[in-house]
Amino acid sequence: MMEQLPWLILLLPLVSAATILFVARRVPNISALLSTGSALVTFVMSILFLGFGDDAVVPAYPWLWLGGTLEKGLVLEIGLQIDQLSRGMMFVVTTVGFLVHVFSLGYMRTDDGKARYFAGLSLFMFSMTGIVLANNFAMMFVFWELVGLSSYLLIGHWFQKDSAADAAKKAFITNRVGDFGFLIGILLVWAISQTVNFDRMETFFAGNPEVGSGLLAFAVICVFCGAVGKSAQLPLHVWLPDAMEGPTPVSALIHAATMVAAGVYMLARVAFLVEASELAAHVIAWVGGITALVAALMALQQDDIKRVLAYSTLSQLGYMVMAVGLLAAEAAMFHLFTHAFFKALLFLGSGSVIYACHHEQDIWKMGGLRKKMPLTFITFSIATLSLMALPWVTAGFYSKEAILAAAWHESAPLFVIAGFTAMLTAFYMTRLVLVTFFGKARTEHAAHAKESPPVMTLPLILLAIPSVIAGLPFFYERVQATAPEHHGEGSMLVLAASVITLIAGAGISFWLYKGASEDPLRIKLLARKFYIDEIYQGIIRVFQDGVATLLSIFDRYIIDGLIAQLPAYATASIGSILRRLQVGNLQGYAFLFALGVILLIWITLFNT
Amino acid sequence: MLTLGHYLIASGLLFSVGFIGVLLRRNVIIIFMCLELMLSAANLSLVAFSRYNQTAGLPDYNGDVLVFFIITVAAAEVAVGLAIIVALFRSRQITDVTAMNSMKN
Repeated sequence: MMEQLPWLILLLPLVSAATILFVARRVPNISALLSTGSALVTFVMSILFLGFGDDAVVPAYPWLWLGGTLEKGLVLEIGLQIDQLSRGMMFVVTTVGFLVHVFSLGYMRTDDGKARYFAGLSLFMFSMTGIVLANNFAMMFVFWELVGLSSYLLIGHWFQKDSAADAAKKAFITNRVGDFGFLIGILLVWAISQTVNFDRMETFFAGNPEVGSGLLAFAVICVFCGAVGKSAQLPLHVWLPDAMEGPTPVSALIHAATMVAAGVYMLARVAFLVEASELAAHVIAWVGGITALVAALMALQQDDIKRVLAYSTLSQLGYMVMAVGLLAAEAAMFHLFTHAFFKALLFLGSGSVIYACHHEQDIWKMGGLRKKMPLTFITFSIATLSLMALPWVTAGFYSKEAILAAAWHESAPLFVIAGFTAMLTAFYMTRLVLVTFFGKARTEHAAHAKESPPVMTLPLILLAIPSVIAGLPFFYERVQATAPEHHGEGSMLVLAASVITLIAGAGISFWLYKGASEDPLRIKLLARKFYIDEIYQGIIRVFQDGVATLLSIFDRYIIDGLIAQLPAYATASIGSILRRLQVGNLQGYAFLFALGVILLIWITLFNT
Repeated sequence: MLTLGHYLIASGLLFSVGFIGVLLRRNVIIIFMCLELMLSAANLSLVAFSRYNQTAGLPDYNGDVLVFFIITVAAAEVAVGLAIIVALFRSRQITDVTAMNSMKN
């Protein structure tokens, strides 16, 4: 029975999604409860999971034998991997997932597509569980794509809005670019190690340390491409801010806490590959570091509450990827773990604010919500402090410090970048809270905002708890067993750096935005996100126009000209010559006939 | 002494006269007669070949037999051809081939 429990946790959300789709679609309330119920059951089961030992064996089923044996060959299995990593991740996914389901009951109460929405959430839970529990690359890739699909469906939930439909497409296509690299990477890794199973792969690389060649570096970078797409690292980050067009609980669940962390999780899962290739590790670390910095800069000048949070997510994901590249995968997972809780809380808090302000998302049209929405304000502030890494009392502090410590030990330039990013984080989060919750209400909607119903505030309160304590050893070690080791040397400096950056960032922001009714800073470059979207659009346009022009020339001159019109013209011109022989005169024909006879005789007699 | 060559020259001249008549004359009756002339030329050369191509003192009768066939076919052709010409004349009152162009354009 216990062996089969993991299969249940995987398949239950699928059953729920299928039931909603085929049976309960016309009864939205039952659909919602069904989906939420399945989320609750998986949540309970994932807590049971934590009690499993590492030797919990789940039988794997061979799915496709494409030749060879399990050890050497291409055999695709459906199998589950239950270890510390996947148990911890399952805990995050199901906790946040369940609370988001509950929040959605309130947020989506009056939505027309409620049943479809909850079916999408269940499908997402199924796919995400599949990624987390997959024991081989092939299965992970399948669920990786399924997650992309459910993300597409949920971003485009309000498909009547052009912007939502476009954002869904953009997310899907951008991810496709990364997944292309991911698939190539999987195949290359298989070509090197002859297996797609994570355990056997790890054994292989442990036994063959010499394989760290250029090919392996290329393979690892290709695999990393998948994470770049899914975790929205530069240069494929453009889809995530646009994905905020989806319902806010979706942003909290998928585009902040779980799905975008799948890239980091995948890298942590194959951390032995990253360790095997120094070059790839450097690339990963720098991509992460640069993403963290650039995204934080972009977040400084956004006016949409969800977009600020989206860029903040990008930036934090950059931290995690950087940590993986610095060979501190446990620090990355630690930050993933704490970040999931406080970022989900921030998003749900922003959802509560948006709901109260009648779907207004511009922070300059809010203000003064502190007194009207005390619960939202308090929980939002807790999450903000956790994101800003307030020392000792918040979860974010411990995980961010672990990453900063790893950076300090491995690479000084990345440490500087990470420190500066921490300051920017404090700056933009202080700005967000000051503008949204303090000062005077700047519009009618904000002035008449009321606290959200309990079904929405309860998840906020429940998420606020892990946002504070998730970093403490007694909590974290129960879930993730090995906390990142504390580097003794230099830790005072790291601590000092994080405190100084926090005070500097928050202080400057406080001084600038206290009582401000419009943005005192106007940096167009940052507000327009370094014009990256425009650049991409330009490149695509140039490229597309080029290809289109080429094809048009081909069509006009090769297809139309050479293939269609040339034979027609040839037939017509030969016909116009031969027409002259048809004189319509009896004796003319007789003459030509005689000429023909003479010609034939001449040929027969003299050209033998 | 007449040789095969003399007969063939005579046959060739006869054929040419007939053919030039077909090409140049306008009257359909004359053209018809010239056609008969060409057939006669062919008959003449066939008979000459038969006569001069003897084996064991006997002429090659293949040529003579072919001549009879040609005469027969020519008779039939004359019957059909003259009937057409008469029918044409009765409906259109023409014998000039250059005027027979109502299918043109």
